[in-house]
Amino acid sequence: MAAELGPRAMFVAGGTDLFPKLKRRQFEVDSLIGLDFLPRAIRNRSDECVIDAGVTLAHASHDPHLNERFSGYAQAAGHVSSPPLRNAGTIGGNLCVDTRCNYYDMTYEWRKAAGFCLKKDGDICLVAPSSPRCWAVSSSDTAPMAIALDGLVTLVGASGERELPVTALYRDDGDRYMAKQPDEVVTCLRLRRSLNTRSAYVKLRRRGSIDFPIAGAAVAVELDGDRVESCRIVLSAVASYPLEAKAAEEFLKGRRLQEDVIREAAEIASKPAKPLDNADLSHFWRKRMVRVVVEQALARVSDQQPGLDG
Amino acid sequence: MRVVGKPLPKVDAAAKVTGRALYADDIALPRTLHCKILRSPHPHARILSIDTAAAKRIPGVLAVITGLDLPIKFGILPVTQDERALEHEKVRYVGDPIAAVAATEEEIAAAACDAIEVEYEVLEPVMSIEAALQTPKDERIQDYGGPNNVHKLVALEFGDVEGGFSRADHVREDVFFFQGNTHLPMEQHSAIATYVDGKVTLWSSTQVVHYVHRALSKVLELPMHRIRVIGAAHGGGFGGKTDPFAHEIIVSKLAMITGRPVKCTLTREEVFYAHRGRHPVLMWVRTGVTRDGRITAMHFRSALDGGAYGSYGVASTFYTGALQTVTYDIPAYRFEGCRVFTNKPPCGPKRGHGTPQPRFALELHLEKIAHDIGLDPVELKRRNFVQPNTRTVNWLRVTSCGLEECTDRVINASRFHDRERRPGHGMGFAISSYLSGAGTAIYWNDMPHSEVQIKVDRGGVTAYCGAMEIGQGSDSVLATIVAEELGLQPSDIRLVTADTDTTPIDLGSYSSRVTFMAGNAALEAARKMRALLVEAVEASGRRIDDVTFEEASMLAEARFGTLTTAGSYTPPKIAGPYKGSGVGPSPAYSYSACVVDVDADARTGLIRVNKVWIAHDVGRAINPLLVEGQVEGSVYMGLGEALMEEQAFRKGLHKWPSMLEYKSPTFLDMPEIETFIVETIDPEGPYGAKEAGQGPLLPVPPAVCAAVHDALGVWIDEIPVTPEKVVEAVRRKEKGEPARYGPQRFPPIPYPPTIKVEPPPKDAAITAI
Repeated sequence: MAAELGPRAMFVAGGTDLFPKLKRRQFEVDSLIGLDFLPRAIRNRSDECVIDAGVTLAHASHDPHLNERFSGYAQAAGHVSSPPLRNAGTIGGNLCVDTRCNYYDMTYEWRKAAGFCLKKDGDICLVAPSSPRCWAVSSSDTAPMAIALDGLVTLVGASGERELPVTALYRDDGDRYMAKQPDEVVTCLRLRRSLNTRSAYVKLRRRGSIDFPIAGAAVAVELDGDRVESCRIVLSAVASYPLEAKAAEEFLKGRRLQEDVIREAAEIASKPAKPLDNADLSHFWRKRMVRVVVEQALARVSDQQPGLDG
Repeated sequence: MRVVGKPLPKVDAAAKVTGRALYADDIALPRTLHCKILRSPHPHARILSIDTAAAKRIPGVLAVITGLDLPIKFGILPVTQDERALEHEKVRYVGDPIAAVAATEEEIAAAACDAIEVEYEVLEPVMSIEAALQTPKDERIQDYGGPNNVHKLVALEFGDVEGGFSRADHVREDVFFFQGNTHLPMEQHSAIATYVDGKVTLWSSTQVVHYVHRALSKVLELPMHRIRVIGAAHGGGFGGKTDPFAHEIIVSKLAMITGRPVKCTLTREEVFYAHRGRHPVLMWVRTGVTRDGRITAMHFRSALDGGAYGSYGVASTFYTGALQTVTYDIPAYRFEGCRVFTNKPPCGPKRGHGTPQPRFALELHLEKIAHDIGLDPVELKRRNFVQPNTRTVNWLRVTSCGLEECTDRVINASRFHDRERRPGHGMGFAISSYLSGAGTAIYWNDMPHSEVQIKVDRGGVTAYCGAMEIGQGSDSVLATIVAEELGLQPSDIRLVTADTDTTPIDLGSYSSRVTFMAGNAALEAARKMRALLVEAVEASGRRIDDVTFEEASMLAEARFGTLTTAGSYTPPKIAGPYKGSGVGPSPAYSYSACVVDVDADARTGLIRVNKVWIAHDVGRAINPLLVEGQVEGSVYMGLGEALMEEQAFRKGLHKWPSMLEYKSPTFLDMPEIETFIVETIDPEGPYGAKEAGQGPLLPVPPAVCAAVHDALGVWIDEIPVTPEKVVEAVRRKEKGEPARYGPQRFPPIPYPPTIKVEPPPKDAAITAI
């Protein structure tokens, strides 16, 4: 059906992001294909956990197994938007959530007055007019965490089913931010268990009650004794895709998670983050805060300290 | 008393929470047309041509109108009739209305707006106070006022200010900025009009049916008796629905043209453009004090960024200088105010109208003076508290005043003086005062400000009053007062309110006037009714306490015929003998004091408000539950303004006209609030009551800033206190620079020669003059 309708149709799961965007004419489609018929269960197996894409964010955030084994993921799901929207929004929807930009997330009339941008109806980026691309910001809380946990997603489309790492879902392009085919649907997320993995997600936003991230750190660390065997640090909302801080991951390998090491790792991790002036609060401040959220996420996995969002 | 003072639920609570109240947008009359308004995409431009031909051809479009159809200017203040429902000559902000469409469907109306071709000559926009004071590059925004884009200038001096400064042991100057913000009511503005038998009827979400009535009459060129304005159930105003608005006039005109009902509900984005919110105000204040902290003189300057039109701006300008003296005994006072036009949505009254900005500046300024002279800020403020039954240097009459008790309550409850000392933790204290109704009407007249009629008929009681219930509880107050006098319960009283055909006048729900003024009118009408009942019962040889209300009413109806009584309220004439004295006088002032407890993170600049203690002198709480609700709502709004709300612009456009992007606290972001109701039994308020809807907002922003200083040792002299500002102030402190974030200077402003006013004589009567 999606293949037949092409760009005039969209999939809808919770619709919490999609419906407002239809009203603002950011999305203009003739048909919506509801995904309600897909299963919505969390299946815990000894070595992995498979979460159907239709599972609500509230369900994922409260699931005891997820909280125990993949606590960072449960935290990330629990920090998306607000309680009522988490009851409707799904984990698949959050993986695919549209990139954001405060020149784009506006009504048709506002965008017409400002001059349309290349993500919708126009041909320039209003944040970086000299750039040929769109700089809208990846704003998923769960995607960075799923990547940090080495998650795999299953896609089903007209040409069959395939599984790929979550990280392969995204592209460094605010406009065409997803690497999947338009007719493909995310049907489930698979998180594989490792005994020594600890994970945490720290999210920065103005209001703890509802806002999208303006910076965030998803951290998963595998410890060998008290030393880091491997680790993944993925940043949210500072690029058009979930941004992995590879240099910091390398740096942490073999080290103990102690204060000075954490501080230095966070410093390294913040380097590749280049927020632009298209989200809440100033991008200078957001850039400075990347270090803080990474530090807090690492501190949390090292000794369960509370983070910015308590 | 039987019902006054009892925490009873609102009389309209069930209808509102169950969705049965009929809001303007709920009204669905047969054959209703939908209206959409085409708005300017440019902040400043001349309109060269408007071509509506293509829009008119769209099937389903019944009418398209432009400014040529509604050329008469209107405005809330008689001195600034500068708005048109639709502009056909010039647009002055992004969102200025240009054309309107009535169509069978909302989508068709929107498509028709999109099909209207407008040719503009784009002009240089003026987007700041500084820019408005300069010579405009192209042309001025308005063709009145001046020089440049100055709208209004004021300069008043009361008492010997120079002498006061020369007596001072310490003089301090500070500059502050309070950013503009908007009301953010839950309900968007909405209006629906019909035109039947040559008569316009408009249901609207408004705070001021009477002023809308007047504006419609003027612009539509219909006598007032051919227009009926009805206040629909109301989803919140906070001052944002206190002007007559373009859409109210437009739907009326479209109903007249099409002969069908026409409805317009603004989108959330359009509400940000309708605005009339808090003015951004830059302020400079200089105060002299003696060694022991007594104020000897004060000089206060304000510059208001008014946006594109006058609105309430002249009054707002005076208000930035009026109420400083109502909390502190200032023996000599000079005020210079200035409002400028900019190419932004017009500013106007928002909860506290023109006074939260100077209150913020004044409270922080005194806090700094206390630090300078080594005095506890609470003690310094206390030493200058105004006393009950006095007149201020600018002739404002203070009667009941609970400042001392309010201060005691919050200082003791918060253990302010033994607060916990740990890094990043702080507490701040501030006080404030507000009017219980403006002492003068918006247009000059000698008539009452509020009137109530009561009809008793076969045992049923109906009270009629123009007062508009906007969620503040005015219906409950009216019902409570009538019930109290007649020995009934509030739920026994039928209310007919805010309908210009059927109810006597009330000027509207603004300036915190309804409890005081409509309350007094209701009290008079109810007492007259009670007297009729008593007379009739006694004539029958019985006593009023021995008969039921039904029996009493039948005896009275039999004796007197139709039972109606009326009451009205006119505020005392207490304004001082000078030009501009009409802004500031009120029959009574409320007082508030608050303490805010915060944790502030020096590294991130993030502030968490842990708790707010607030005491409010409401005179008498006619319904303590409603008073607490108003106080808590004010604290919420004050915290939002203090920490995040910002009507910000980028490239001439509102930066975030949406409820998600314009940050305001949600339920989950609110701290615990402990409210203390202080009762001073005002001599003129109904049962001694004063206002509660606006005053408690005022001390919150300065108390937050004082708490941040207590926590981190930095002054944030600019609202809102965003994390970037805190981080920057901390950085400056660490580098040994002044530990402060805020405006550096106050611009030179061409104030007129100061009008010198003799202060009132020491023994000035506190009754009417």
